[in-house]
Amino acid sequence: MAGSGTAHLRDANEVLLRVENLLVEFPVGRSGLKVNAVTNISLDVKPGETLGLVGESGCGKSTTGKAIMQLPKPTGGSVMFEGRDIAKLQGEELRAIRTRLQMIFQDPISSLNPRRKVEDIIAEGLNIWKIGTPEQREAKVNELMEAIGFDPAVQRGKRPHQFSGGQCQRISIARAVATDPKLIICDEPVSALDVSVQAQILNLLEDMKARYGLTLIFIAHDLAVVKNISDRVVVMYLGKICEVGGPDELYANPRHPYTAALLSAIPVPDPSVKPSERMTLGGEIPSPVTPPSGCRFRTRCPRAEALCAEQEPQIHQVGADHFVACHFPLEAGETLTASSESFTV
Amino acid sequence: MLEVKDVRTSFKTDRGLVKAVDGVSFTLERGETLGVVGESGCGKSVLSKTIMGLLPSNASRSGSIKFEGQEIGGPSIKHMRDFWGTQMSMVFQDPMTALNPVMKVGKQITESLRHHLDVSREFANETALQLLSSVGIPEPERRLKQYAFEMSGGMRQRVMIAIALACGPKMLFADEPTTALDVTVQAQILDLLEAQQAERFMAMILVTHDLGVVAGRADNIMVMYAGQSIEMAPTRTLFSQMRHPYTEALLKSIPKLNQASHTRLDAIGGRPPDLVNPPVGCRFAPRCPYAQAKCHQEAPPLMVHDTPGHEYACWFPVGTPQGAEALAKNQGSIGTAVGGQ
Ligand SMILES: Nc1ncnc2c1ncn2[C@@H]1O[C@H](COP(=O)(O)OP(=O)(O)OP(=O)(O)O)[C@@H](O)[C@H]1O
Ligand SMILES: Nc1ncnc2c1ncn2[C@@H]1O[C@H](COP(=O)(O)OP(=O)(O)O)[C@@H](O)[C@H]1O
Ligand code: SF4
Ligand code: SF4
Ligand SMILES: [Mg+2]
Ligand SMILES: [Mg+2]
Repeated sequence: MAGSGTAHLRDANEVLLRVENLLVEFPVGRSGLKVNAVTNISLDVKPGETLGLVGESGCGKSTTGKAIMQLPKPTGGSVMFEGRDIAKLQGEELRAIRTRLQMIFQDPISSLNPRRKVEDIIAEGLNIWKIGTPEQREAKVNELMEAIGFDPAVQRGKRPHQFSGGQCQRISIARAVATDPKLIICDEPVSALDVSVQAQILNLLEDMKARYGLTLIFIAHDLAVVKNISDRVVVMYLGKICEVGGPDELYANPRHPYTAALLSAIPVPDPSVKPSERMTLGGEIPSPVTPPSGCRFRTRCPRAEALCAEQEPQIHQVGADHFVACHFPLEAGETLTASSESFTV
Repeated sequence: MLEVKDVRTSFKTDRGLVKAVDGVSFTLERGETLGVVGESGCGKSVLSKTIMGLLPSNASRSGSIKFEGQEIGGPSIKHMRDFWGTQMSMVFQDPMTALNPVMKVGKQITESLRHHLDVSREFANETALQLLSSVGIPEPERRLKQYAFEMSGGMRQRVMIAIALACGPKMLFADEPTTALDVTVQAQILDLLEAQQAERFMAMILVTHDLGVVAGRADNIMVMYAGQSIEMAPTRTLFSQMRHPYTEALLKSIPKLNQASHTRLDAIGGRPPDLVNPPVGCRFAPRCPYAQAKCHQEAPPLMVHDTPGHEYACWFPVGTPQGAEALAKNQGSIGTAVGGQ
């Protein structure tokens, strides 16, 4: 199968989360067809690590994040968290996991209840789970407000609409951190923000991570943002993994043709880099209802050969912490060149 | 070809007068691309709409907009209608809202052709087909008979571009034409716009919040902040000798692909001012690391200083002795002038 395998997973005893062969399918009406949103994705996260999940829209990033949260439960696969497969948990036991596994969403304003005060939003998890005494909860809220750069005395009684998008995202972060979670899944937390505010939030996430000993899964479509915050990066395409590696190595020496194409498509703020001299990938992402056989990237890949339609490439190691799912990966340092037919504009 | 002088556009709202564009001037020649860059709400779209004559009824504008020497966008909307399509046309961020959802895309192109150019049905059909293939749409015959919702985002944007080009405009506005698209498709659409512009020798205004998008494609760049143009220069000059602290801060705050992971970002503190009551003096002063007392009292004029063609509005510009002194002074007295978080 294209981009499957577990060669990139690490010792199960060293990781906080280990997801194996995650499968998420959605029915298409009553047609009997299905959306293959996530197909056999495996990943793991070590304590204290930030795992970046990157790819273009529709490749299954959010679906992966939500399936880990069991929102809704995945169609298949296991999600080992704190030594248990939480895909097998039900009801109260599953709900109890939510204090230790939190999520932050893209749209900062609509993800906060407009009728509640900031202090109540941040204290939400603490109140639901009756964590600590009321005094301890209040102290915790004060501490968190200060940590996100708010003045508790002035801001605590305000409601979300009185804040900007960036400030609402700060509130979401404080709310997620309140219950002392082990892992926070951040789904495009800065994608809706302006660049100057985006930088503030990325810095804040790094600070909160250091201060509260957090582990993060950071989902985004912006490769530069993902590189900045991650310790390990997973590149996805059409519900599958293409490449996994440490960010500096992966960006310097992309081995999967899709990673290389993505990197060359990014407009860089440097006028000496002429876009016309770069490789432009032709076509668009195929429908996940009828994904291509073999390697799912083959319909746009300049290196595709007959084998790519027949056999799905398995993830295999190509460097110290560098794994790729491709039959004909690039050599380290090799640049991707367009084949004649994929170079259509 | 296009001469914009001291244009101001404001909106009457419950909260008061929103001064969305406040004194913008520039000129644009045929074959040139002007990149307009700035963060959300700085007035990029309002500026585009002002020039296109597409403002809503609660808006009022002053200043002069001349197209080929002729004052446009006057009181007569009918007059502007004749302009759209044949003289200038526009590509928006969201093609879905700009395309008619219940009309086949082929018909949308031919209607526009027949309305503006008064050509036969056969000729319009033939031209529509040519246009679709020139914007890189495979199987154009089939696509002509489709509706917008049957297409992907990238295809829709290609159709929008085909419609915008249909009547051979001399100038094209592209307002965030690729913001809603994936990066690989964005590259295709930007390449397409560039190729069409060169082929037709059009002037183009490329509006974006992404400095990267204009860096490799615009001849000149105008940076906007809080409704004003704060720096304008030929692209290479802007990047090699940026003078305005906001331009510098904007560039510094973007994570770069070639920076090592976990590089601390230079965020700009605070946020842009309210356009109902903008601060007196320089509008960037509450967030500016160079700001001095003078900046809070007196607004710096936009003007050419040393390099011809390079304008900026700042009392203590980046890379000048005055700027260096101002920065050193502020850093000495830890961030007195720098805004909060
Ligand atoms: N019809 C309107 N009535 C009142 N205010 C408006 C109207 N249209 C725009 N504005 C205001 O004018 C300012 C500039 O808006 P504009 O849409 O030009 O921003 P922009 O630079 O295009 O931002 P973005 O990057 O988000 O597209 C904003 O403060 C906006 O709220
Ligand atoms: N509830 C759903 N019903 C049907 N299809 C869905 C649903 N959620 C997501 N999908 C589809 O699954 C694929 C992956 O989506 P998503 O995870 O949201 O992508 P990403 O977050 O990477 O942009 C897409 O094709 C999307 O349309
Ligand atoms: S070379 Fe083959 S296996 Fe590798 S990405 Fe291209 S199509 Fe897939
Ligand atoms: S130095 Fe003064 S004039 Fe220049 S941008 Fe900063 S605040 Fe404005
Ligand atoms: Mg998503
Ligand atoms: Mg806009």
